[in-house]
Amino acid sequence: MIVYILTVFLFLIGLYGVVAKRNLIKIVIGIALMEYSVNLFLILVGYVKGGTAPILSGEVIGKVFVDPLPQAMVLTAIVIGLATTALLLAIAIRIYKKYGTFDIREIKNLKG
Amino acid sequence: MELLLIIILVLMIGGAIFSLEARDLLSAVIAYGIVGFGLVICFLLLQAPDLALVQIVVETITLIIMIAVILNSTREEIKPVKGKRSTIFVIFVFIFIGLFLYFFNRTTETLSAFGEHVMRMSKAYLQPGAEKTGSANLVTGVIFDYRGYDTLGEATILFTAVIGVLTVLRLKGRKEK
Amino acid sequence: MKGMTIIVKTVTQIVCGVIFLYGIYIIVHGHLTPGGGFAGGTIIAGSFILLILAFGSEFLALKKEETGSSILESTGILIFLIVAVLGMIIGGLGIFFINFLPKGVIGKLLSAGVIPVYNVAVGMEVAAALLTVFLALLIYRDEVLK
Repeated sequence: MIVYILTVFLFLIGLYGVVAKRNLIKIVIGIALMEYSVNLFLILVGYVKGGTAPILSGEVIGKVFVDPLPQAMVLTAIVIGLATTALLLAIAIRIYKKYGTFDIREIKNLKG
Repeated sequence: MELLLIIILVLMIGGAIFSLEARDLLSAVIAYGIVGFGLVICFLLLQAPDLALVQIVVETITLIIMIAVILNSTREEIKPVKGKRSTIFVIFVFIFIGLFLYFFNRTTETLSAFGEHVMRMSKAYLQPGAEKTGSANLVTGVIFDYRGYDTLGEATILFTAVIGVLTVLRLKGRKEK
Repeated sequence: MKGMTIIVKTVTQIVCGVIFLYGIYIIVHGHLTPGGGFAGGTIIAGSFILLILAFGSEFLALKKEETGSSILESTGILIFLIVAVLGMIIGGLGIFFINFLPKGVIGKLLSAGVIPVYNVAVGMEVAAALLTVFLALLIYRDEVLK
């Protein structure tokens, strides 16, 4: 159980970064930390003590496998996380070129 | 095994806290790399080699793009505003954390303890998996044969994100003056 | 963007071909060993990014490269969709993603029906997508942020 609580703690740190920081890059880092912690939680649920990776090689009778379903879901989720982070960073560099700063309290004008 | 996981998780939490409190943006990005590469070791300990392969390359590419963005704009962090933190704010933060952990505990009471997973649904995928799909790698068989529709959705998301990057940077679809 | 020193350039010339070959190996053996389309695609993109970073962007005609990689990405996902719809037409019952090629012996390279075709299509798409994002950021830096 301690492992689950530590993973949720990592999620809460990411949430703190999104809510309470003024710099745009720190907000992007917070969002990425939340994604990592959720991926790790899904793999932690599917672990079986003494199991091996779900790949058949050699004899197959009497082998205990770990769960392959969460691994299939998280495999695509990692690449989607990279695409989301790249899109956020492209928006951040556009904002810097227009306003000259990364501070979110200074970028309040809506026109131009 | 569980002890090793706990040590690596504590290191990742330390790296995450340092990355959010650093005063230089370059140090924040490098400390963010600790979390990513610690995740690779966690995936290897949890017997998931496909995920470790993908995560190590994805983490390297993310670090490259972040450092490129930072070195082309600014490196310094914003000076913190010297205001006083009222005690009511701190009390609210602790109440929120307490409520969150309490509801998380209630939600995961029905989960079995760590390591004793009851594989009720996966037995239907593991037993006839190799004969029905014909592949020795069961994770690939699940992605492309049993759950091919979800993989199509993922490929569409990747495509849409790339179109979004090209549009935000105004490289396509607008005539230059 | 200027390139790096001559030691980095010489080592890159030797190493980036090996990385590219390793990525192709992981894609093609996706149904036998850990890996598959996503892991191999990102490794191939990594080899191209290494080449661009080591030699600088003055040697490339950046807009032409970016057009080429955009076309490759669209081709990849189009092949994925066409094979899926082909399963609906050929494979009998009208199911969308059915595995209609013959499944051979488990453990040989030519087995598992239509899964190797899916692996190659997804690998092409992921590699071209990551390369397009990197080239877009590079073009923005070179020609807009002068």
